[in-house]
Amino acid sequence: MRRVVAAGLLVLIALSACSSQPPQEAEEESIVVYSGRSEELVGDIFDEFEKATGIDTKVKYGGTSELAAQILEEGENSPADLFFAQDAGSLGAVQDEDAFVELPEELVSVVPEKFRSATGSWVGVTGRARTVVYNPDEVRPEEFPASIMDFTDEKWRDRLGWSPSNASFQSFITAMRRIKGEDETRQWLEDMIDLGIESYPNNVTIVEAVSAGEIDAGFVNHYYALELSRDNPDLRSVNHFIGGGDVGALVNVAGVGILKTSTNQEPARRFVEFLLSKEIQEEFTRETFEYPLTEGVAANEKLTPLDQLDSPDIDLSNLDDLEGTLELLEDLELL
Amino acid sequence: MGPTVTPAPGPSDSRGMKTRAPSIKRRPPRLLSAMGALVGAGMLIPVAYLIIRGSQAGVSGVAEVVTDARTMRLLGRTVLLAVAVTTASVVIAAPLAWLTVRTDLPWRGFWTVAAALPLVIPSYVAGFAFVAFFGPRGQVQRWLAPLGVERLPEIYGFWGAWLVLTLFTYPYVLLTVRAAIRGIDPALEEAAATLDGRRIAQLRVLVPHLKPAIASGGLLVALYTFHDFGAVSLLRFDAFTNAIFVQYRSSLNRTNAAILSLILIAVTTSVVVAEGMTRGKAKYHRLSATGGRRAAVTVRLGIWRWPAFGACVVLGIFSLVIPFAAIGYWLYRAAISSDLISIAALPAWRSIEASALGTAFCVLAAKPVAMLVARYPGPLAKVIEAGAFVGHALPGVTVALSLVFFGARYVPILYQTRWMLVFAYTVLFMPLAIGGLRASLLQVSPQVEEAAQMLGSSRMGVLRRVTLPMIRPGITAAGSLVFLSAMKELPATLMVAPIGYSTLATRVWSATNEVLYGPAAIYAAGLVMMASVPLGILLLRDRPIH
Repeated sequence: MRRVVAAGLLVLIALSACSSQPPQEAEEESIVVYSGRSEELVGDIFDEFEKATGIDTKVKYGGTSELAAQILEEGENSPADLFFAQDAGSLGAVQDEDAFVELPEELVSVVPEKFRSATGSWVGVTGRARTVVYNPDEVRPEEFPASIMDFTDEKWRDRLGWSPSNASFQSFITAMRRIKGEDETRQWLEDMIDLGIESYPNNVTIVEAVSAGEIDAGFVNHYYALELSRDNPDLRSVNHFIGGGDVGALVNVAGVGILKTSTNQEPARRFVEFLLSKEIQEEFTRETFEYPLTEGVAANEKLTPLDQLDSPDIDLSNLDDLEGTLELLEDLELL
Repeated sequence: MGPTVTPAPGPSDSRGMKTRAPSIKRRPPRLLSAMGALVGAGMLIPVAYLIIRGSQAGVSGVAEVVTDARTMRLLGRTVLLAVAVTTASVVIAAPLAWLTVRTDLPWRGFWTVAAALPLVIPSYVAGFAFVAFFGPRGQVQRWLAPLGVERLPEIYGFWGAWLVLTLFTYPYVLLTVRAAIRGIDPALEEAAATLDGRRIAQLRVLVPHLKPAIASGGLLVALYTFHDFGAVSLLRFDAFTNAIFVQYRSSLNRTNAAILSLILIAVTTSVVVAEGMTRGKAKYHRLSATGGRRAAVTVRLGIWRWPAFGACVVLGIFSLVIPFAAIGYWLYRAAISSDLISIAALPAWRSIEASALGTAFCVLAAKPVAMLVARYPGPLAKVIEAGAFVGHALPGVTVALSLVFFGARYVPILYQTRWMLVFAYTVLFMPLAIGGLRASLLQVSPQVEEAAQMLGSSRMGVLRRVTLPMIRPGITAAGSLVFLSAMKELPATLMVAPIGYSTLATRVWSATNEVLYGPAAIYAAGLVMMASVPLGILLLRDRPIH
């Protein structure tokens, strides 16, 4: 038995050794991307980039904030050339440690200023809007207030859900603190808690709880209901967009930045260019229901167009102050 | 595998319990100490990292985190949860181990495998399945709706987390106790039965001898509860790991996360030390120094036969039928196609490769530590043992970041290679290996080793040629536990694995993130199936010897 195990291990080690020799040619261009966006979502796009440019593309997938922490812990020796993040907050944290290069203006100018870093260290690739997902059997859209701040009405008692640990929710609260101030934000959160709003671990569980009739409506990002209904046509969860420049209509971005430690600056720049190209922007909105950000690309026909969402005017680079939001949420025992 | 020493059992020698040849030195061989210390040093990498990061906060910063009311409250809740889960696991697992090893329980062979099987189900999958079934408007409510049931009692919170963690960690206790029952000299029970005809008499003898096995299994359950994040977050129980994750996830505050992790280490180290004290100086090896083995007599349960069977059925419904039904339902909804199966092939191979290599290294590294702890308990052994448990007490993401920190900075040549991943698994699962080995070692009589030594073997030679072959069941048990856990491991695999290296566990994670239940179910089913193989081997090899 022992010998069999030993022999098996030797074979395994030999196999591992063989497969760990990458066919590296000295001349070949390559990039390493740390992607907080999952392989299911963006894997094809990396393949297409490799095919279109011949640049060897390696991708490490993981959670966005875990990858940001990893990049910072790796320091000088980080193998990453680019960080493709799920949200602007993590990009802001890496920017704060001065780990990104400044992207050339002509590269990023196709994206409205609202959706990129003020210092040019990262650029938004796609947009995700905050929305109220509701069960049409329980609520009619006319019943919704014009501002998210007015969900504090007694008629919403025990009917709503949110996910305080979700990064997008926290960005939304950070935006509320910027726009409405600390006191009003705290008051709103306290009122919602008093109304018996239910906390969920993430957006998917909220959309499913709405469909199951556990709650009538919840605060989530716009694409979850669309994605879930692709698998489950019976899903009873529909989006309502608040609009009117209200903080409840916030549009946040997934974005990308190039790391200072990268020794492949030119191929990395070409990857950013590729992400912002018309074909890829169209592919994103078709496949993931996210909003394209470059000018002149139309959104998926199932979406309310971006310019009609009337999102609030706020500098997304300012949403990196999550510390204060966290303290507030912790103070109210939401985390 | 049969009895390792063939001579017929000799007469029980009660003096074997008390006497000890005075000529044998109790100081460990130098080579063994050195090997143990080396392994211990490797295990302390996460602690070194946490101290480096935590010290950046300065004294006042540390004080602020430590004295924070919320921090302390979360710690208190988590300790309570760990106590509750550990108690419940022992209450379920110890009788179950006895039932499946020593009694005429109906379908005993089936229950032997089924009772250990929950171990192959990752706690994040189990948590998901429980919410799907028992959520306020879950499947069970839909079945009960015609009877007018509008809402089920709340599954979220303390009791939900307690239930799920208990159901999926009790096998740790089951496996260690099983091994211990099988290792006990039947002569003991026979003697008890002769003196007192009642069935209970045997138990009275059995239970004190199972104390170390119960304690080491219970320790693994307690540590699991402390570091778990998947199940507690799905069941919305605000545990201490949640506080650590919030620091990483929302603000990238690595300093505060480090301080919180150090608090967790302090607590778990005291649990490890307390467990060590329960072991004390008692001896648990066979009475007969010749080490002969024979089958124990099967206990007849009588009228308790079917109630015991019923209890096993209820347990099986909760711990196996529900999660398997959930995976099956998602598979059915996804309408499996052949390319869905083929996409699972490469991640499946990766899972096996990484877990097998990790298991081999981990068990190898655990051997010197287990020998030191079992044979030469002293200050050195205590320190190394406590250090070795650190990896299992911390959330995987913390251990992973510490390896990222040291790997990228000091050994870039190994960074993000599969060797780094193998090392990560070794750090994370060392306690499982030590636990399995130690329980077996305690049942090997030192007299056998002493005899070999008197016959002229060196002390290291004795360990290699006499002790190791005798603890082979322990090695199998340790290896299986490590392999199972490595298959399910997620956070360290995501961070430390080579670029483009995805395992079944990372695929389950990324598919559920994108709400792709079909692929998630395929990967989860693959994971459960492959993890069952080593478990099956472990249990079937372990058949009673006739």
